[in-house]
Amino acid sequence: MSIDQSTAAKVAKLARIKVEDDALPALASEFNTILGFIEQLNEVDVDGVEPMVSVEPMRLKRREDVVTDGNQQDKVLANAPDAREGFFAVPKVVE
Amino acid sequence: MSDLNKLGLAEARDALRKGDVTSVELTESCLTAIDDADALNAFVHKTPEIALERAKAADARIKAGDAPSMCGLPIGIKDLFCTKGVPSQAGSKILDGFKPEYESTVSQQLADAGAVMLGKLNMDEFAMGSSNETSTYGNAVSPWRRGNDDAQLTPGGSSGGSASAVAADLCLAATGTDTGGSIRQPAAFVGITGIKPTYGRCSRWGIVAFASSLDQAGPMTKNVRDAAIMLETMCGHDAKDSTSAELAVPNFEAKLTGDIKGKKIGIPKEYRMEGMPAEIEKLWADGAAMLKDAGAEIVDISLPHTKYALPAYYVIAPAEASSNLARYDGVRYGRRAQMAQGDGITEMYEKTRAEGFGHEVQRRVMIGTYVLSAGFYDAYYNRARKVRTLIKKDFEDVFAAGVDAILTPATPSASFGLGEMTEADPVQMYLNDVFTVTVNLAGLPGISIPAGLDKQGLPLGLQLIGRPWDEGDLLNTAYALESAAGFVAKPGKWW
Repeated sequence: MSIDQSTAAKVAKLARIKVEDDALPALASEFNTILGFIEQLNEVDVDGVEPMVSVEPMRLKRREDVVTDGNQQDKVLANAPDAREGFFAVPKVVE
Repeated sequence: MSDLNKLGLAEARDALRKGDVTSVELTESCLTAIDDADALNAFVHKTPEIALERAKAADARIKAGDAPSMCGLPIGIKDLFCTKGVPSQAGSKILDGFKPEYESTVSQQLADAGAVMLGKLNMDEFAMGSSNETSTYGNAVSPWRRGNDDAQLTPGGSSGGSASAVAADLCLAATGTDTGGSIRQPAAFVGITGIKPTYGRCSRWGIVAFASSLDQAGPMTKNVRDAAIMLETMCGHDAKDSTSAELAVPNFEAKLTGDIKGKKIGIPKEYRMEGMPAEIEKLWADGAAMLKDAGAEIVDISLPHTKYALPAYYVIAPAEASSNLARYDGVRYGRRAQMAQGDGITEMYEKTRAEGFGHEVQRRVMIGTYVLSAGFYDAYYNRARKVRTLIKKDFEDVFAAGVDAILTPATPSASFGLGEMTEADPVQMYLNDVFTVTVNLAGLPGISIPAGLDKQGLPLGLQLIGRPWDEGDLLNTAYALESAAGFVAKPGKWW
């Protein structure tokens, strides 16, 4: 399987990373090198093998559905690049 | 006592308890060494005030006869661990200015045990790298050199700052994390000990996530005894990490008897790679001979899916990373890009992530995005997870046949020069982890210990892989190998 420039552009878009058009050929070529390496996996017979979910078979534990935390708005917002009036601020989302 | 920074954890602990030295003296000695070693670029955020405050508190506890396991011992913390009020950037520009409002469970346990934090250590960005060349802080530099050649060498990665700092005696020990070999490979490159415990032993809470099904924290120390002491402090169940194991943590140091009579040590034939340097081949054979002399039985074993571990890793780790790193959006923490007139929220995300993530991180996030995307999920991601099942089964079969531990080289080469791999394709760099990555995929404990020098005078390490949850036995086998190998070389000070 080979990745062309338009696929590379689509992947960048899905990953929400801005890639300039002139960087796409090199990016596509790097993807192809890595995917070429990954394609060795096609040599392995995986018929009837379960995909691993977790190295230790375990059920994730559940706790009581109660409030254990909260009332720390200042701390939550302390590292925000733009916080106003107790909220995270972002560019306009809805027209 | 002079050169207190050169002590290991056990030696310093014993000296503290005898009253021969104070934690403040130890800590000041390390702080002086750190200030003198900016050329290594190992410590990237220094915290002398916190260090001295904790050292004084530790001295008071020791005096009062209430000294927990690591009381008064100065250590460095990898930048991947969130430390309250202290910059924690995971080596990334995107977390510029981030000061967590909380402390990771592991660094909290170390603090509770009296350890003194000297500062934060350099690392590859988001722990993605094998040479510490992807860090926003610039390269960490190894204290080792090739003879009289003054070319700068890599301390390995991703825990490169931790490796450099411990090898150069800037601290007594350091924390590391290991997703594909990031404790064991740098430990081998600089001639120190590093152990990655069984997946689930150390809480991942408060450690910046890379690939959650593979990430584990562990200690990087000057010897095996120190590794046992520090690992015990770092381990333990934590309700805040749903994959944290509810198992009692043994006294690992008490397991260090050095008696390995009758232990069965496996030598996996698949780790004998084409083009492996003769020195590493010899080191491996010598290691096996030492374990045999100590009374162990050496057996040839096969781990047939070894060849597929790296390709499986380079599907699974980027897939998990693409999901984990989705949180860096320039909204809740870290750095937001400058926006142009008319930019909306999508442009904000795209510019923030393009500016904030380095090249290798961007590449891995996009590979992960691709292998998880509609139409490719089965072909790549599910296939890799099935291969992972087979890799784990290889190990289970060997342990079921009575093998106690597996001996392999830690790395396929000694340390290389910073910048020497720049022109190579990314896969060449990934090959650094060829002997370590199987252990993460199978969730097993693995330890790297220094065992010799190559002809350039650079350290080489051997790796021992143990049964799940049996770090005590693994540490004891490593202890026996360490005693036999008698590695004492140190880098000459040039910095």
